[in-house]
Amino acid sequence: MTKPLVILEKVQKHFGDFIAVKEINLEINEGEFLAIMGPSGCGKTTTLRMLSGLEEPTIGEVRMNGQVMNKVKPHERDTPLVWQSLALFPFLSVIENVEFGLKMRGIDKLERKKRALEWLEKLDILEFSERDISTLSGGQKQRVALARSLVLEPKILLLDEPLSALDAHLVIRMQAVLVQLQRELGITFVYVTHSQSEAFAMADRVVIMGNGEIAQVGTPKDIYRSPQNKFVAEFVGRNNILTGIVSDVKKTKAMIETGSGVFSVILENNSLKKGEQASFVISADLVHLSTSEPKTDNTVYCKLISEEFVGSMVTLFLEDQNNHEFKVQMQERELSKFELKPGSKIWLSWSLKSTHLLEVN
Amino acid sequence: MNSKRILNIALGAYVGAIFVFVFAPIVFSVVFSFNSQRFPTIPLGSFSTEWYVKILNDPDIWKAALNSLIVSSSTAVIATVLGFCTAYSDFRYNFRFKGPYIALILLPPTIPLIIMALAMLAWLSKLGISGQLWSVVIAHSVLTAPFAMAIIRLRLNQMDPDLESASWNLGGSEWATMRYVIIPFCKPAIISGLCLAAAVSFDEFAVSWFVSGLNKTLPVVILEIVQGNIDPQVNAIGTFVFFTSMTLVILAQIFFVQRQIKSTKS
Repeated sequence: MTKPLVILEKVQKHFGDFIAVKEINLEINEGEFLAIMGPSGCGKTTTLRMLSGLEEPTIGEVRMNGQVMNKVKPHERDTPLVWQSLALFPFLSVIENVEFGLKMRGIDKLERKKRALEWLEKLDILEFSERDISTLSGGQKQRVALARSLVLEPKILLLDEPLSALDAHLVIRMQAVLVQLQRELGITFVYVTHSQSEAFAMADRVVIMGNGEIAQVGTPKDIYRSPQNKFVAEFVGRNNILTGIVSDVKKTKAMIETGSGVFSVILENNSLKKGEQASFVISADLVHLSTSEPKTDNTVYCKLISEEFVGSMVTLFLEDQNNHEFKVQMQERELSKFELKPGSKIWLSWSLKSTHLLEVN
Repeated sequence: MNSKRILNIALGAYVGAIFVFVFAPIVFSVVFSFNSQRFPTIPLGSFSTEWYVKILNDPDIWKAALNSLIVSSSTAVIATVLGFCTAYSDFRYNFRFKGPYIALILLPPTIPLIIMALAMLAWLSKLGISGQLWSVVIAHSVLTAPFAMAIIRLRLNQMDPDLESASWNLGGSEWATMRYVIIPFCKPAIISGLCLAAAVSFDEFAVSWFVSGLNKTLPVVILEIVQGNIDPQVNAIGTFVFFTSMTLVILAQIFFVQRQIKSTKS
């Protein structure tokens, strides 16, 4: 698990004047499920294409197993990619699609067929082996695309938003299939997505990219609970971000004066100076509501603007008297106690240990 | 409502009239080719295959038919290869002057045939290669390559560009990708290109007449017969040429359109 299989060192990719990837340093370990996540245009797909050899880095090195890969052509690599468009060959049958890579590697007909059938069975699409690609459903095509790549038994599998074309319920099913495959095979998955739920549900480590740079690398929990900067805090969503001036620094906490009031923020390994600007976040699910003013630090009096339901969870959007937005996330049955309507006034509060200071960016 | 109906009827009549004007001469030619009388007059004589028997026994016509066959099949292959290469270079690469390059390739069919024919004759005789069968092949390839290229280009435009990269990604070299991905994908268009180029070449007259010399093709022979006298043999040959060309064009349509329906379904 700890040996790096792929190393990207100071990698940049320019297209003319446009810089798609500014500078990336990243180690991808053997056998890990790594998700690269970011908004569109952040350089995540370009990074994946550099791993597959479809793009050559303008500056920097991509190394696999210690070997520099910059000049190695795509067909000389062993880095199969599962495409967003799936890119199945429409003029070939299901099994011919799966056999394609083996054929290109000069493996004889019988062996090809045997291995292809094995993978079709593993992915539960054996019955469709002779069918035309156009007759399959989205989920079945997805499995063919996976089988076509996995039949090559690579050390690393690249996936470029493979689930983005599927219905929501199929996405959940395919996520389970992918995670199970990855655990069973023990190969490295590099999974590019813009979907937080996909990345967090499957990945061992998540790389958040923005503007061609890596904003943070960490476990899903690290990224969710301890975002390093504003970009990550905003991208991961459902975070309340407050910015202000440090008014007092104590041993384990600091006071920060913001437009919405003075709040105490826990200090971990951060060093803050009085008078400095600082930002911190409180995750929306760690904010409490109360109808009377709580006798604690860290309280804000807010007006409810709107609510958003996702299943049994509700997100409240509120504003304080300076029109700064706050978000609160809670169970619907807890919320019903407060009998809130848009325009209702309510107190928000959070404990000191729910605060998280951002590294200044 | 009513005016719309009148308009529909008028448009229908208009389209009908076009078809009548286009096809009436051909229909007449077919009808008279089976007519026993020497002169094309009404009332018709009896049904007869006399003229067909006559052309089948005429070695000059056999020779011309063979020439036409050789010319049209060679032209089809050369034009389709050229058309495919051009279409692929347009699909795959971006380069300076790509617009003018494509425009230049599409130019030949827009030049009046008679001018094209004269120019071809002048040029080929300067090079000392006019009057040969393969000089007709050269001239026809120039004329028909744009048709083949247009059809193949249309097909390539329907291709997901990821398919090519996917093949490289799975270990296919550029040549293997050409052989196992690009050409199979373009196959219906390649076949229609072959049929269309063959059809255009098979019944092309002006260029053949100027360039062929003594190696006459069927359309050239038809003109020579007509120049001499009135002979219903012409109708018989014409019918044969017409049905050959139509078959090729219809085949081209079937191959291209069917595949398109199939690929839009997927």
